Amino acid sequence: MAEVWEASKMIELTIDGKKVTAKEGDTILKVARENNIYIPALCYLEGVSSFGGCRVCLVEIKGSPRVFASCVTPVAEGMEIITNSERLKRYRKWAVELLLSERPHVCSVCVANGSCELQQLATDLGVDHLRVEREWTNYELDLTHERFAYDPNRCILCTRCIRICDEIEGVHTIDLMLRGKNSKVIFDLNDKWGFAESCTSCGKCSAVCPVGALYVKGKPHSESKRKELASFVTSRRSEKTIG
Amino acid sequence: MKPDELRSLAQKEAEARKSYRYRINVCCSSGCMPFGALKVLSAFKDAVKEFGVEGECYVARTGCIGTCSIAPAVLIEPGDYLYQNVTPDRAKEIVKEHIVNGRPVKSMLYGNEAYFKKQLRIVLRNAGKIDPLRIEDYIAVGGYYALLKALTRMTPEGVIEEVALSGLKGRGGAGFLTGLKWRYVARATGSPKYVIANLDEGDPGVFANRTLAEADPHAIIEGMAIAAYAVGASKGYIYVRSEYPLAVETLKKAIEAARSMGLLGEKIFETAFSFDIELRLGAGAFVAGEETAILASIEGRRAMPRPRPPYPAQSGLWGKPTLINNVETLANIPVILLKGSEWFASIGAKNCTGTKCFSLTGKVNNPGLIEVPMGITLREVVFEIGGGVPPGRRFKAVQVGGPSGGFLPEQLLDLPIDYESLTKAGAIMGSGGIVVLDDTSCMVDTAKFFTEFCVDESCGKCVPCRVGLYKLYKILDGFTRGEGSLEDLQKVEELCEFIKEASLCGLGQTAPNPTLTTLRYFRDEYVAHILEKKCSAGKCFKNGGGVGGE
Amino acid sequence: MPDAGAQQAGLKADRRLMLLEAAIRKYQYRKDALLEVLHTAQELYGYLDRDLLIHISKLLRLPPSHVYGVATFYNLFKLKKPGTHVVTVCMGTACYVKGAEDLVLAVEREFNVKRGGTTADGKLSLFVTRCIGACAMAPNAIVDGETIGKATPEVVLKKIRAIMEAEKD
Repeated sequence: MAEVWEASKMIELTIDGKKVTAKEGDTILKVARENNIYIPALCYLEGVSSFGGCRVCLVEIKGSPRVFASCVTPVAEGMEIITNSERLKRYRKWAVELLLSERPHVCSVCVANGSCELQQLATDLGVDHLRVEREWTNYELDLTHERFAYDPNRCILCTRCIRICDEIEGVHTIDLMLRGKNSKVIFDLNDKWGFAESCTSCGKCSAVCPVGALYVKGKPHSESKRKELASFVTSRRSEKTIG
Repeated sequence: MKPDELRSLAQKEAEARKSYRYRINVCCSSGCMPFGALKVLSAFKDAVKEFGVEGECYVARTGCIGTCSIAPAVLIEPGDYLYQNVTPDRAKEIVKEHIVNGRPVKSMLYGNEAYFKKQLRIVLRNAGKIDPLRIEDYIAVGGYYALLKALTRMTPEGVIEEVALSGLKGRGGAGFLTGLKWRYVARATGSPKYVIANLDEGDPGVFANRTLAEADPHAIIEGMAIAAYAVGASKGYIYVRSEYPLAVETLKKAIEAARSMGLLGEKIFETAFSFDIELRLGAGAFVAGEETAILASIEGRRAMPRPRPPYPAQSGLWGKPTLINNVETLANIPVILLKGSEWFASIGAKNCTGTKCFSLTGKVNNPGLIEVPMGITLREVVFEIGGGVPPGRRFKAVQVGGPSGGFLPEQLLDLPIDYESLTKAGAIMGSGGIVVLDDTSCMVDTAKFFTEFCVDESCGKCVPCRVGLYKLYKILDGFTRGEGSLEDLQKVEELCEFIKEASLCGLGQTAPNPTLTTLRYFRDEYVAHILEKKCSAGKCFKNGGGVGGE
Repeated sequence: MPDAGAQQAGLKADRRLMLLEAAIRKYQYRKDALLEVLHTAQELYGYLDRDLLIHISKLLRLPPSHVYGVATFYNLFKLKKPGTHVVTVCMGTACYVKGAEDLVLAVEREFNVKRGGTTADGKLSLFVTRCIGACAMAPNAIVDGETIGKATPEVVLKKIRAIMEAEKD
């Protein structure tokens, strides 16, 4: 238990010109949020491991020509971080546009309309048209589970559901199959959800889905979503202790 | 094995080699095998018996001689007489004339001296001259002496210093200083440490690593053992493409042979150093060659890269410090230790020492596996070694660096081959592919082909690579079918910038190179496609076509 | 003795299963040996069907979705039964530049099969692969394990017709 009490080394850095103090080893995104500096993010989910796939949370670090995903880049002493340059805005816009064009995202017929993180991001970034052709994928809608539904056509492959199922619920019912543009979120051996034996029907995956891919049947999406993951995780733990 | 045993075995083997007047090396690598090399090998063995010269003529099954266009190839020593397109019948005649009568059969010789003149073989020093399946052959030419020297007369830091001074850079493509990388792993805390030899040569059109493994597996094993000693590792993995069955088999046998001689295992050369190697097979994923993806693959997971830091040197395989080197890098190590860093640093260019192996393919008269000193110009490679494009055709472009390498036009042919110059011109060193294109190739179509390759091979983790590349492919595909406008060219450039800058790993970061370089050097072809619906090579605007895809 | 779970998974307790389980034991049921185990399984069975994947996931104590994810990530693993005869055309750079696409189109047309697929009668599968490394002899096609270098559509079609004919007899 000794290491728990070991004081972490504190370091200083600046984010958008603001001087901040941070714990060594923390990610740029975490430190920024603690200091009320908003960096948009999509695949990031507090409480589970970072993925670094959506590239929306990119930041610049002075002295490097590259851009960095802030959810996976640790802070360092003296770092000067820029979170909102024109270049970053351009890249974020591309990322969101590409996601919107990857599968048929039609907000008006989506359960997540109004509570969708991708939709919100598109609005924030001023995405008013798509520069690339849209793809009309035709994956089958999975309604076999009694409580939940899965529409792969709305999935953005952020893997939040996979990580929470594995790391918090601890069952790893969900994973990805194939690769590249053919990647798809699956249950067990690409089974229909209702027949996935390992699923505990805990509902965490649908609660954290940023879009309308995984959702609770017959309930407004806005109500079934839980953004306060920390409390969600704690309550689950206490449930376990009680049970 | 004791140090003395290595010396006496080497001596014995060298003497045995000397007792033969002739040595017939039959290339039995993947390049020659499909064309009957094994039949040629047994024909030579039969013929030698038939003519009663088995006492003075040794027939060896070897790895690649380097002249893949004349398969099956046979090299007779002394004198390095190279016979082309040998058949069992011809084998008999060669033995009769060359060995028995002492008259080389001129009509069957490969008379192309220019092919070899500008080459320099360090990595491929033994390729085609030793039997890869006989560890004794390797020991006879000085094999495992460098390991002996390192273990008995050098400190780990001394080995790293020697490698650092040689200026050797990683041959996998990125060109990071090998000595520096070793130092990072040596200094990292954590135990055990691992060494990984990367032989996941997934680039289409590149076969340099495979050839090395098939021709001289012990050079890789010895290099790995030295690296392990230097960084303090006790376990190594060779990650090899399963599409290379002969390389897999050769490495498997070589590891067993080294183990049975005590050159791998516990207390090597009676020192405190122990090291063993396990072979791991890839399964058809180009991205698995990426440093962090190779780790995921060896751990039995989907080969998806992860961001760095942490670098594998600090947190690699199972979170332990791990050294990942390309096999070509490792094969350089024994020579550097034996001949010294100064010697190595004197070869090649100033900031880019040593040699590089390339698979030279495409529309070139002499395709094959070559090894050239760094700093040689592309013109020398394409026109002197490669013999230029086929008669009646015009050179158009050369691609350096595999599927994500850029295309360079005629006016850049005097570019020296080194990491910096290539990167500046929009190409990359990559793992060593040089593909020559003539006027029958359309640059728009070619850019599309390579973009599609990267679409297929993208792991799908990050958005720029997964979605961006596919959209790029769709636009390029449109150009080849008469769709698109000049404004689209601007869009392509913007999209490429996003993919290049925002992708997570090297695959996405370099995948736009073919498109960007063709746009830079062959923009007129794009314009002709868009405005006039004209393809000078006659490839586009046909129905059908398009590789793979869903 | 085959593992008790094998029958549950619907696998026959035969020699192949014994060899597979021996290989898994050799790797001491290590989760990181998944790729090696899948390689062995495919060598023994020809392809990886559902029962096989379930059995492997149980023995290695890996979630089924993980096993399925890995098996589908890598191109080499086949989850469907391939045809009796297999034609693979190399689509590496050198082969593409020298007209490999024409080889694929010719086979597709003549035998009514799509790349990556198998004919309706299950007799012939057509695959494309990215570089077999015989670039100097491009374009290359592999018909039932035999490599044809500097291949032309005529030669490849002739070869396939010959093996299909031979089978009829």
